[in-house]
Amino acid sequence: MLSCKDVSKLLSDRLDRQLGLMERVRLRMHLVMCTGCSRVERQLGFLREAFSGFVKPTDRE
Amino acid sequence: MNAKLTSSNLAEHRPFLLKFAVLQVGRREVAEDLVQEVLLAAMKGADSFSGRASVRTWLTAILLNKVADHRRQAGREVSLEAQQEALGTDSIEAIFRANGSYASMPQEWRNPEESLTDKRFSEALEACLGRLSEVGKQVFLLRELMGLSIEEICKELGLTATNCSVLLHRGRMRLRGCLEDGWFAKRQKQR
Repeated sequence: MLSCKDVSKLLSDRLDRQLGLMERVRLRMHLVMCTGCSRVERQLGFLREAFSGFVKPTDRE
Repeated sequence: MNAKLTSSNLAEHRPFLLKFAVLQVGRREVAEDLVQEVLLAAMKGADSFSGRASVRTWLTAILLNKVADHRRQAGREVSLEAQQEALGTDSIEAIFRANGSYASMPQEWRNPEESLTDKRFSEALEACLGRLSEVGKQVFLLRELMGLSIEEICKELGLTATNCSVLLHRGRMRLRGCLEDGWFAKRQKQR
């Protein structure tokens, strides 16, 4: 059984590399029953979004 | 000059280089000088651009060297030992209990997208970045701001892929927690 710490590492890794099949299956199983990790999943996605727009048009002189 | 590299498409990367430099060295004037040096070096060295890396990756690599030179001169060098140490201390131990569960349960962030247009949110984000270790912050910004791949980051910083992904995990989880405490929790209380 993966812990929330393990799952958060996979959620982070997923933003940098393609996960293997078993990693994806175990991740999915955990996320279905874990509210905390589901929130973290959305929030790490939001963090990426925040940085993709971090350099604002106003910074472009 | 290489057909792919004109001064106008170098200039297009300037805002990103400048943002990265400001977040690395802290002072805008210093950052502007460093970025200017990078663009000059890039114009001069355009022939050495192989075209295999993206232009931004190539410019970022030059900037990293300039930042390292600047730190050396300012006596703020981030040594390999310090990097190794950061791997030990830039910890997420406070975030998880010994059994791997959350020490404090992640909260729901309501309408986070609304924050993206709020100037104070950018400030909160920068304050949270400032709480990461130097190398943790550097790896995170290279990945999320400059869009480098793990392989490129490892090569530039001399880290292993494992160390890189560990630093990114810690950085992301610490930023998440810092934003929750320093921004989203306060914002929801005000409503």
